[in-house]
Order: sequence, then structure tokens, then C-alpha cells
Amino acid sequence: MIWVNQIVQGLLLGGYYALIACGLSFMYGVMRIINIAHGSFAILAAFALWELSSRFAISPFAGLAAILPLLAMVGWILQRAVLDRSARGGTLVPILSTFGLAIMIDNLLFQQFGADTRSLAPYLDTLSYDSWSLTDDIYIGKLAAMIFAAAVVLLGGLQLFLGHTQLGRSIRATAADPDTVGLIGVNAKRVNAAAAAIAMVTVGVAGAFLAMRATFNPYAGPLQLIFAFEAAVIGGAGSLWGTLGGGIVLGVAQSIGAQIDPQGFLIAGHLVFFVVLFARLYAGNGGFAGAMRNLRRRLV
Amino acid sequence: MTILTVEHMEARHGLLKAVRGVSFHVSQGEVVALVGANGAGKTTLLRAIAGAHPPSAGRVLFRGTDVSAIPAYRRAAMGIALVPEGRRLFPQMTVEDNLLLARATGRSGPWTMDRVMEAFPHLQARRKSKAAHLSGGEQQATAIGRALMANPEILLLDEVSLGLSPLAVERVYASLQSLMQSGATILLVEQDLKRALAVADRVMCMLEGTIVLEGPTKDITRDQVMAAYFGAEHGKKQRKAVQ
Repeated sequence: MIWVNQIVQGLLLGGYYALIACGLSFMYGVMRIINIAHGSFAILAAFALWELSSRFAISPFAGLAAILPLLAMVGWILQRAVLDRSARGGTLVPILSTFGLAIMIDNLLFQQFGADTRSLAPYLDTLSYDSWSLTDDIYIGKLAAMIFAAAVVLLGGLQLFLGHTQLGRSIRATAADPDTVGLIGVNAKRVNAAAAAIAMVTVGVAGAFLAMRATFNPYAGPLQLIFAFEAAVIGGAGSLWGTLGGGIVLGVAQSIGAQIDPQGFLIAGHLVFFVVLFARLYAGNGGFAGAMRNLRRRLV
Repeated sequence: MTILTVEHMEARHGLLKAVRGVSFHVSQGEVVALVGANGAGKTTLLRAIAGAHPPSAGRVLFRGTDVSAIPAYRRAAMGIALVPEGRRLFPQMTVEDNLLLARATGRSGPWTMDRVMEAFPHLQARRKSKAAHLSGGEQQATAIGRALMANPEILLLDEVSLGLSPLAVERVYASLQSLMQSGATILLVEQDLKRALAVADRVMCMLEGTIVLEGPTKDITRDQVMAAYFGAEHGKKQRKAVQ
């Protein structure tokens, strides 16, 4: 039963990973840009909410509603001022510039807030520990369930948005062929800026839930980036439902790893990530059978 | 009335001068064919007019306005539509989505989804199919339909018969024929001389980046075009070979 519980908890944790991976995967899928500052932006949002809650007694949910439009603007400006320009310098330059941005954000947060670990849990009333009991051994936290539901709604909403709106169609077309969209009246720069704004909104949601369900400090960004990266790669970068699957696989792997050994939490996640990564490298287009064939060819 | 004027246009591909000082104009309702051998600069010229290739010199005027510095997406919104060589559809998107994308131009007019389906009836059954799964002829019809959805004032067609079966070419041209008769302004690049001379009001022949022959199709003989097509010397050899 303990294993079932771990799997259930891992599944719910996967909802958070899907949320944090969603923006990273989305930006990669549309603009082929890997935003290294992704995790740092999530922590920045977390600190903004903490500031609103601790200083002005604004509930984190109301605070989130207030900062999301700001984050969208940040995303828009980031794309127009930094990413768009650096992407013209090749694939490495956006990675370097967002890496620099991450260092800047982390250290500015450190300077402002110090190294203390914080959480939004104290501002959530009983939500941070309320739960439903399924059986005597299995409890589902209300917050964890809410995060999972938010992930499904956000990813599903993005999917619908991409499929059925003019901006969504423009985003998909720009991702496929940025040179040709101009010929049919699409302003690729503006579309990319809109996509970056959307990605940043998802980062804000992820940062808020991270701060509610756990603790954070100014240097917590890079670890969140790694989780986002692992979930996105496991799920197949650029695919939205894949990202949910990837988040769940990562969450379940970590929970099972933690059950095997208290230190096994991170290791199990990394292990699954590497297994999937190497399977992809070996498989090419041949799927599982192709992977095995290529592996045998390589070893024998 | 003149819709499109190109003045002293030059365009390069790296060190290669693909277009060397080309000037011409296209009037409202005219169908102009641009012919010439591979590498004569036809595609580059068309792309430069649409704003997809930066010219190194010269101007493009659209209805008297200099659009040389205006990006492609705004030229599309003004009414210049290019059906690019190789169709350049969005392969993972459905036919419908490909067509609807042209709404980004913000132009309305007679061309709607239903009108496009009327003009290319064989697309009707494929509306929900991904562009990647279409036959070459269906892809070309979708590409032309996508350009028409923008209700353009001038349609630039780049080798719409390239890579299509003879039957598919017939179909595409049958649809274009009715479009031409409805008074559309078209500048088309076509490798098939006979077809170009049959559909166009005026023909221009390019050789090594310049226009070497221009005139109404009724006044120009096939031999003249052949001579211009390959350059005068090549032309003589070609004619001898034909005889």
C-alpha cells in the first residue's frame, strides 16, 4: 500500500513538474529557444507573491492574479529586447544571455531578500495541509490536487488555444516556418513576443504553486530549471500533453526513489531522465525496438 | 492603372548577383508571365517584390507607394500575395488551418473558405487533413487558396506546376483560368513556355538577371522567346536542333 501511496503522490507531484516544464517546452517548441532563466523567473514570481502576502496581507491567489499581467509584459519585453536579438546570433547566444539573466535574477533576489528559506504555506490558511483520505493509508492533499488540476487545465487550455484561435495558428505556423508566415501577413516578431508572454504567465503559475507547496530561496531557480528540463525532455520537448506525461513520470520516479532510500529522490528522477534521453538517442525513429537494435549494434 | 512598379531592382545571393537592374510594371487586371531558364533570377525577383528577399538596390512601388522598406507581413496586408516556390505550406497543420492563417492579413473580400473550396473542389474532402498528407496537386491548390484567402490585389505565382503530375497541372490551371477571367492581377513564373504564352497577356523573359524580352503575348513568337530564353547564340543552336 505504501508503494501505491508513493505512486499517487508522485503523480500529483508530476502536476507541478508539468506546470514548471510547460513554459520551457512551449518556448522551445515555438522559438527553439532554451530559456535558462526559466527557473529563476519562477522564483522571482514566488518572491513577488511572498512580498505581497507578508507585507500587504494579500492572499497568494489574489497576488497571482495581479502579477500575471506583469509577467506577461516581462515575457514580451524579454523576447523583443533580448531573445529576438540574441537568437539572430545563433543557437548558443540565447542560452548564454538567459544564463546571464538567471545569474542576475538570483543574485538580485539574494541581495534583496537574503538567504532565508521562505514559503507561501503560512498564508494559505488550512489549504496547505487539508486533504481527502482515499483509504486509511492514502491521503490526497487538496493543494496537490489543485496543482495537478491547474496543470491539466493550463496544458489543455494551451492546446485548445493553439488549435482554435488565430494567434494560436500563427504561433504554430511561425514555429514551423518563420520566413513563410510573413508572406501571409503574420508578424513573426510579434507572434514570438506573444508566445514568450504566454510562457512567462505559465512560469508565474508554476512559481506560485512551488512557493505554496514547498519552500524556496533566491538560489532555488536552477534546480527548478533542471526539473522543468527533465520533465520536458522525458515528455518530448515541444509537445504539451507529452510535458504532462513527462512531469508525471519524473514525479513518480522521484517518489519511488524516495521510498527506496530517503536520498533517492533526486537520483531516481535523474536516472529516468538519462534512460529516456539515451533511449531517444539510440532509437532514432525506430522506437523501442530500434533502440535495442542500435544498442546491440553499438555494443557487439 | 499600374498596380506594381519595379525600378532598377538588384538582388544578390551572397556574391552572386541574381537580379541585375530589372524594371517593369504590372497594370490592374493584367496577367504577366515571367519566363526564363533556371537561375535567371525569377524566384529572387518575386521574393523581393513580396518582401521575402532584401534587394541590394532599386525600388518596389505598390499603387504608387514605395514599399521597399516595408516588411513582408505588411506588404501582405497591403494586398501583395506570393505563392512561393515549393508551396511552403505548414505541413503539420490542416488544410483549413493553412487557409485560415491568411486572415492575419486582415483583408476581407470575395475570397472566403467556401469560395476557395468552390475554386478547388478536390480540396473539400481534404479540409481536415494535414498538409503533409496531401498530394502535390492538393498542396499546390492549398497554397494558392491560402494566398487567395488574403484577397490580394496582385497575386505572385512562383512555378505552380513544379513537381506536379500533368493531370494536377491541368487542374491547377483550370482553376487559375477562371481566376484570370475574373479580372485578377497576376504575375506568374512558369517554366512551361507554351502554357505561359497561352495564359498571359504579356510575357517577360529573364536571362542572367535581366529582362531580355518583353511584350504582349500576341505579338511575340515562340522563337523569339526561345532565343531570349537561352540567349541569342544558344537560341540559334536550339532552333537548329529542333529542325
